[in-house]
Amino acid sequence: MKLPLFPPVSGRFVRVWQRNLTVYKKSWKVSFIPPLLEPLLYIAAFGLGLSGLIGDVSYQGKAISYVDFVVPALLATTIMYNGFFETSYNSFVRMYYQKTFDAMMATPLTMPEIITGEIVWAATKSVLSAALMLPVLSAFGLLSYPASLLTLPLSILGGLAFGATGMFFTSIVRGIETFNLPVFLFITPMFLFSGTFFPLDQLPAWAQGVALFLPLTHLVLLARAATLGLWSAILPFSLLYLAVYTLVFFPLALTKMEKRLIK
Amino acid sequence: MDAVIAAKNLNKMFGNLTAVADVSFSVAAGECFGLLGPNGAGKTTTIRMLYGFSPLTSGTLELFGKSIAENLCDIKFRIGICQQDNSLDPDLTVLENLMVFSRYFDLPRQTAADRALKLLAFFGLEHRAAAKTSELSGGMQRRLVVARSLINQPDLLILDEPTTGLDPQSRQQVWTRLEELKRSGLTILLTTHYMDEAARLCDRLVIMDHGKVLVEGKPADLVRRHVGREVLEITRPDQSVRDFLAQRGHEFEDLGHRLLVYDQSCNGLFADLAEQFRDADCLLRMGTLEDVFLRLTGRALRE
Repeated sequence: MKLPLFPPVSGRFVRVWQRNLTVYKKSWKVSFIPPLLEPLLYIAAFGLGLSGLIGDVSYQGKAISYVDFVVPALLATTIMYNGFFETSYNSFVRMYYQKTFDAMMATPLTMPEIITGEIVWAATKSVLSAALMLPVLSAFGLLSYPASLLTLPLSILGGLAFGATGMFFTSIVRGIETFNLPVFLFITPMFLFSGTFFPLDQLPAWAQGVALFLPLTHLVLLARAATLGLWSAILPFSLLYLAVYTLVFFPLALTKMEKRLIK
Repeated sequence: MDAVIAAKNLNKMFGNLTAVADVSFSVAAGECFGLLGPNGAGKTTTIRMLYGFSPLTSGTLELFGKSIAENLCDIKFRIGICQQDNSLDPDLTVLENLMVFSRYFDLPRQTAADRALKLLAFFGLEHRAAAKTSELSGGMQRRLVVARSLINQPDLLILDEPTTGLDPQSRQQVWTRLEELKRSGLTILLTTHYMDEAARLCDRLVIMDHGKVLVEGKPADLVRRHVGREVLEITRPDQSVRDFLAQRGHEFEDLGHRLLVYDQSCNGLFADLAEQFRDADCLLRMGTLEDVFLRLTGRALRE
């Protein structure tokens, strides 16, 4: 892999990914529960509870049910959380408490390969959770096919974007409790204000402008287009934004982690 | 013979702090070489430079005749490193620790499994293969770290304080295993601040302090050169003993409650002292590496 800005990374990063997979397989039964159960909880809360109060939502000139509106946002936020939390809290534990990266440095692996393996693993968890949610949501007839299958490649991109974001914060936090800051200042506001629970046009114009810079906004737009099978002119821009965002934060995470750990 | 490690004028600065200053040494194939020094002497930093975890500020470093700057990945396939901190993977069992580690060296699964079982047996861990690493005693964990560092059948084994914190039984067992590896021709680089460990295992060693190499040599030669064959210890000395020693022209180290006389031949002196003063307070013993170490690095506490 030779890209501008990227430090050299050989295919050996897969070994790091394999290590995480080996650990994951030991507890897959527990790990599978949240992506399978969470959609049920949301469908119950929004479908039975909120929907009655809200009724239909007007989205791109069409009236859609509130559940149809929220479900793709649920997919997008799950992709975000799986990517971000894997490379923030989990990677930090491996780096700082378990000395896993130190041990790997005693092998032919380089730091950029270790970090790439971690970020790609985070994206893998995003894909896994999306793949587990799809059949559950389909069972309620909430997804239109085949467009909804596009959420899978989308979860790779989203997983890489938020995996790189989490790793970037891991490279700069002082201790594990410091992650509270990016969570409450960046991740939680995105969860609430990225066109997730209400359409962006409900926000004042300035806030809509801010929201357009949030990566989750674009992930939600793309996911919603896929699950509803609704295409619009902004989608290529959203895709481009996510790609550029990833191409900035991925190499940034690699170089910052190298700076943090190689002394 | 070509040196396995050739380190020339290694320097490492952390900001304004000099961690390693102009350190040079070379290790021949089949040799066990020791880096000794008090805490903060620069031993671990030197080791970290050897495998690219810590880039050199200046100097040249060759392993197996190749510069580490250009050949780090190839070199790392050929070395085994046992780090000072316990870096066992707590998410994996004992056997899985070895298996997952073997993948980092691209070992085929079957080869790795054969080697892992042999290594577990070699280090007396075969009955704990399925245990979590957190269930192992400190000594077992340490043995597993050493076992893990051998999974790639390295040509050079680097051990950073392999027996720190172990009980005497565990230390003896680690030493026995390391001696066996040495006999099989493995080149070993070892850091320690246990002088008995260094005296037992190292063919040659350097003593470092404040980032610099103070002396280099074979353990026995260093003892002879810096301490003498024997050391005379006088406990609870009074002024008359000090006067007596000064009058006879003996150099001694005065620790207040104890005098140490380093001399090439203390024999006659010991007899005279025992005769003239209370012999119960005089002890004649062999000079040790610990004497060399303390003479060269001082007795002040570190850190």
